[in-house]
Amino acid sequence: MAEPVIVVENLTRRFGDFVAVDHINFEVQAGEVVGYLGPNGSGKTTTIRMLLGLLKPSDGKATVLGYDVFKQSEDIRARVGYMSQKFAIYDDLTTLENLTFYGGVYGINDKARILHTLELVGLKGHEHTLTGDMSTGWRQRLSLGIALVHEPKLLFLDEPTSGVDPTARRAFWDLIYELAEGGVTILVTTHYMDEAEYCERVGVMRDGKLLAMDTPTNLKKKIITGDVWEVFAYPLEQGIELLSTMEGVERVGLAGDHLRVISSQVKKEAMSDLLSRENIRVEKIESGEATLEDVFLALAR
Amino acid sequence: MTNNLVEAKKLHKNFGHVHAVNGVDLNIKSGEIYGLVGSDGAGKTTTMRLLVGALKPTQGEIMICGYDLEKQVELARSTIGYLSQRFSMYEDLTVLENIRFFAEIRGLSSTEWLPRSMEILEFVGLDKFIDRRAGQLSGGMKQKLGLASALVTRPRLLLLDEPTTGVDPVTRQDFWQLVIKLVSGHEGGGVSVIISTPYMDEASRCHRVGFMKAGKIIAEDTPSNLRARLNGRVLELRGSPINKLRHVAHQDVDVEDVAAFGDKLHVRVRAGQADLIMKRLPDEIKAAGGTLTDLRIIPPALEDVFIALSESNHG
Repeated sequence: MAEPVIVVENLTRRFGDFVAVDHINFEVQAGEVVGYLGPNGSGKTTTIRMLLGLLKPSDGKATVLGYDVFKQSEDIRARVGYMSQKFAIYDDLTTLENLTFYGGVYGINDKARILHTLELVGLKGHEHTLTGDMSTGWRQRLSLGIALVHEPKLLFLDEPTSGVDPTARRAFWDLIYELAEGGVTILVTTHYMDEAEYCERVGVMRDGKLLAMDTPTNLKKKIITGDVWEVFAYPLEQGIELLSTMEGVERVGLAGDHLRVISSQVKKEAMSDLLSRENIRVEKIESGEATLEDVFLALAR
Repeated sequence: MTNNLVEAKKLHKNFGHVHAVNGVDLNIKSGEIYGLVGSDGAGKTTTMRLLVGALKPTQGEIMICGYDLEKQVELARSTIGYLSQRFSMYEDLTVLENIRFFAEIRGLSSTEWLPRSMEILEFVGLDKFIDRRAGQLSGGMKQKLGLASALVTRPRLLLLDEPTTGVDPVTRQDFWQLVIKLVSGHEGGGVSVIISTPYMDEASRCHRVGFMKAGKIIAEDTPSNLRARLNGRVLELRGSPINKLRHVAHQDVDVEDVAAFGDKLHVRVRAGQADLIMKRLPDEIKAAGGTLTDLRIIPPALEDVFIALSESNHG
């Protein structure tokens, strides 16, 4: 078995009394697509900054591509790509000019490689488009190109498809899977379930702790042990209030035009009876499937 | 007389040669949550701006709460609350000072603004933070302050432009509970909400959804009915290696779309072809050297419908 691309042991970072990252442990293998999910302020970015060697850990250790984050941070930064949501693209430069500029920062002056990178991210034919005129989805592709121009073996993506529609997101992830197939390892930090669902394994962060890390399927199986019910009962507001007082109900939430109930004890008939007794119109109650959002909300309690 | 809060007929908005909005009709009932979804540049934001009266339509007419937005613009606007994607607040003013500012520029008198502000801050759950500077609020609390500012004048129509971009799921649940309370009567009742969003989990929370593409609404229905359009056409595959499965599925002529979701694939197939595909896919995967561990038809998600509609040739 090859050496893992990322090894993190008891990694900790304190800022004064505040523990931003609290003794986390995980490993990422070559070619994996791993999601790092948590709300703002949960320690995601602090973890990434330590893995990039930009911030010294207070405790614990970590290696990235075999390099020690304490001692060999320059070796790491030369070999990883980082795509941030707030990355600066020059609006008054074309896509080719932006990529040429950032390539230069990494010492890449080979025009063929720069053009190849543009092609890889699907911007061939748009070399001379001003980036200020492009949609969010296209700008994100260019940001990805900039993170890839030095052909990194490991890519950190920070909320890469934030604000783009499902079609653009799908296209972006097709690209990510192609990169992973080519052996690039990918770590995606996000607080969007839509993004996390695309990952092979997902770690859930909360208050500096890594609460769980597993495949989306296993997370759902292990953490949502109760049944999921899709309850179509109106008015929704009264439905929520009533069901949340019901004994044995673990969680009631809004899921669009209906309610989602998680419970290992309560059955369909009991819910239906209770709602009907209170004059709440029950259209139907169906068995549902756990989602990553359920997992997140369950762990967040 | 109808009970529609919004009636927009044959709306057009051109920017030079670009038809940003190209013949949109909208009828929004009292108490309805309507989602406007679409890709970047589909015309969502332009439509929202036409509805608040920030832009003049090239053609068409808009009635808001019975007022003609062109001829009775002040009356029409007084019924609207608007929360834009980049809501700006004064970071060095407190929560209460921010609300006061928004209340006063919208014409609330000195006797009205305080009780109303306290009422709305309590409603959104910020009543304990009235003296906190806005700059010190968390993302979720800022968003609630934005919502409170939009609601301080008791609008009957609330326009939300991508309101939960950048907030976590727990905050999002809270936000939606507030929106549901608004439409179901907590705040006097009958408030209508129009929300634009690129997120499908948000779209699925609306009573009705309009899909926009190239300036037109190409589909409009309840989330359940929209999903039903693809019933029996979305398959879930599990097995390994997942990349091999993905390539095999792509090559099948009756497969329209393949998406990898970590340890599984979602495959959209042509109408009426699911049974045949489910018979032949296992053999095709085996022949390619892959292992299939699970294959089943799953209920379509709104995202599947969105992608299918985006690829279609409407308009």
